[in-house]
Amino acid sequence: MSHDRPPRRRDLGYHAAPSRRVSASTSISAGIELRALRKVYPAPRPRRGRGAAAGLAGPPRMPPGAAMAPTGGTLTAAGIVALDGLDLSVGEGEFFGLLGPNGAGKTTTIGILTTRVLPSGGQASIGGADVVSEAVAVRRRIGVVPQRPNPDRGLDVLENLTFHAAYFGFPRAASRARALGILERLGLADGALARVDALSGGQLQRLMIARALVHEPRVIFLDEPTVGLDPQARLALWEILRGLHGEGRTIVMTTHYMEEAEKLCARVAIVDRGKLLACDAPEALKKQAPGGTLVELTLDGEAAPAREAARAVAGVLDVVSDGALLRVYHPQGGEAVARLIGVVQGAGRQVTNIRLVPPNLETLFLSLTGRKLV
Amino acid sequence: MTAPPREAPTLGAGRVFWALLARDVVVVRRELVYFLMRTAMQPLMFAVVFGYLLPKMGFVRPGYTSALLPGVLAVSLALAAVQSVALPMVTDFGFSREIEDRLLAPIPSWLVALEKVVSGTLQALIAALFVLPVARLIMGPIAGLSLAHVGTIVLVTVFGAVAFSMMGLYLGCVVAAQQIGLLFGIVVAPMIMFGCAYYPWRGLDAAPVVKYGVLLNPLTYISEGLRGVLVPGLPHMPLPAVLGALTVITVVFWRLGLRAFMKRAVG
Repeated sequence: MSHDRPPRRRDLGYHAAPSRRVSASTSISAGIELRALRKVYPAPRPRRGRGAAAGLAGPPRMPPGAAMAPTGGTLTAAGIVALDGLDLSVGEGEFFGLLGPNGAGKTTTIGILTTRVLPSGGQASIGGADVVSEAVAVRRRIGVVPQRPNPDRGLDVLENLTFHAAYFGFPRAASRARALGILERLGLADGALARVDALSGGQLQRLMIARALVHEPRVIFLDEPTVGLDPQARLALWEILRGLHGEGRTIVMTTHYMEEAEKLCARVAIVDRGKLLACDAPEALKKQAPGGTLVELTLDGEAAPAREAARAVAGVLDVVSDGALLRVYHPQGGEAVARLIGVVQGAGRQVTNIRLVPPNLETLFLSLTGRKLV
Repeated sequence: MTAPPREAPTLGAGRVFWALLARDVVVVRRELVYFLMRTAMQPLMFAVVFGYLLPKMGFVRPGYTSALLPGVLAVSLALAAVQSVALPMVTDFGFSREIEDRLLAPIPSWLVALEKVVSGTLQALIAALFVLPVARLIMGPIAGLSLAHVGTIVLVTVFGAVAFSMMGLYLGCVVAAQQIGLLFGIVVAPMIMFGCAYYPWRGLDAAPVVKYGVLLNPLTYISEGLRGVLVPGLPHMPLPAVLGALTVITVVFWRLGLRAFMKRAVG
């Protein structure tokens, strides 16, 4: 996206209250519980050159497990803070979404819940089993679809499933029929005996879902399952996920697509920089969005000089400037456009682009975090 | 059993362990030819040059093959064990993160590491079983070769295979994928040349610095151990010293390897 820039914490005006704590607890006791969950990764040490010895001197300096490594987080003296006191409750059978930009802490949260990352503080449990002290019991209950497919390339498609089931104590011969059934359901039956390398990106993603299902887990975690899929494959995946939810499974999915969260999830938690900013049903969240339509004007230079003048336009609820972007919230967005253009020109700037966004999760997210999702 | 099935953390860990091992058996069986080429080619070429060609040319005495055969066997054992644990581990922990599905298995993660060591040990034994008769065929009759002490031969071989699998675990966890070539250049190659595989340790009396230097090399003990059990007539280290050293190597690399493994496995 052309508007991508390094994340910055800003004062957000009338709506945002960064210090506000949002409680996401519900009355449901089963399911997934996170209490004051923290994760601080060690700060990366400066690289000592690319010499040959570096590789033999010790393990890589970044947090172990490239797939689990955070893509962002806040660098402090203690290290990279990926999660900063996260509280969440997910009810049994719920379709729950974790929404946030890259570096929000979504993958770290999934990593901790799937026992693959140790928390630095706080607690997390699944069905009452603690993810650290009862990791083995937690693993029995969960299926995991990773962000990047990691099939066992030494095995064929069907073996990937039957062996995975065997790791959970199901005899291979007995799980063969179930594995074939799952492949059939996910449209992979033709490739059952194929090498994993022969699968396309979408097929690989479905194989990962099949693998997460083959040992009949009650909870399924999906980490950005639709990234990199074409629109058709994405829709197909949505149908599969709805079906799994319909069977009574708890589904926790991370995404940075608003639409996906809105369409699939019963509840959505918005996280950013390791903190929970809001958690509710998508419809309820939308009502929290700042009133009015967002009129986003792209100027030919710094937008700050035009901010005060824009605020004076009748009906304007709030104005935020962000580099060359001027974000104006107005109850009837369209009607204010002409006046806003005039105001901007009065401040010596030209408008190069205009975008109107009706109140939705995106405008809420923008008002909560000051930055875009993608 | 009348009690309803309960989720018990370690119950059934044995069954999961067998499933992990079965997975490795399937993969190894599928790639057996490549596996043998990878591990046996180097020692067998040595057998051809030093055990067949040079004696035929008269550059080395025919009796040299007696010292060489156990060494060739030791090198195959060590190469097979280190490679069959370290190579998959480097890819598993590298970009592909293929080991993830096994780390999600409901057993403690250290059992996943132990399974890799057991699998490496079995592959090393297969390599040794393949190399011994082939090397013997290449070199012709070997003076003093005795297969009478089958028990001790198996004992030393298994001890060596376990020790080198542990070493493979450690190396596989600390070497980055980009440096895998380097591993063989600066760890494995010197280990083979200075591991008493191609000469008996006692013969190093002539070079005292090397003689005591090679004691740091794990290969020295398995070479000397196999020499002692296969060709008892040749000078060799006493069996208890060999088994003791291999046990120490096993324990040290298990501790180092497990620590490195857990560091890579859990963030």
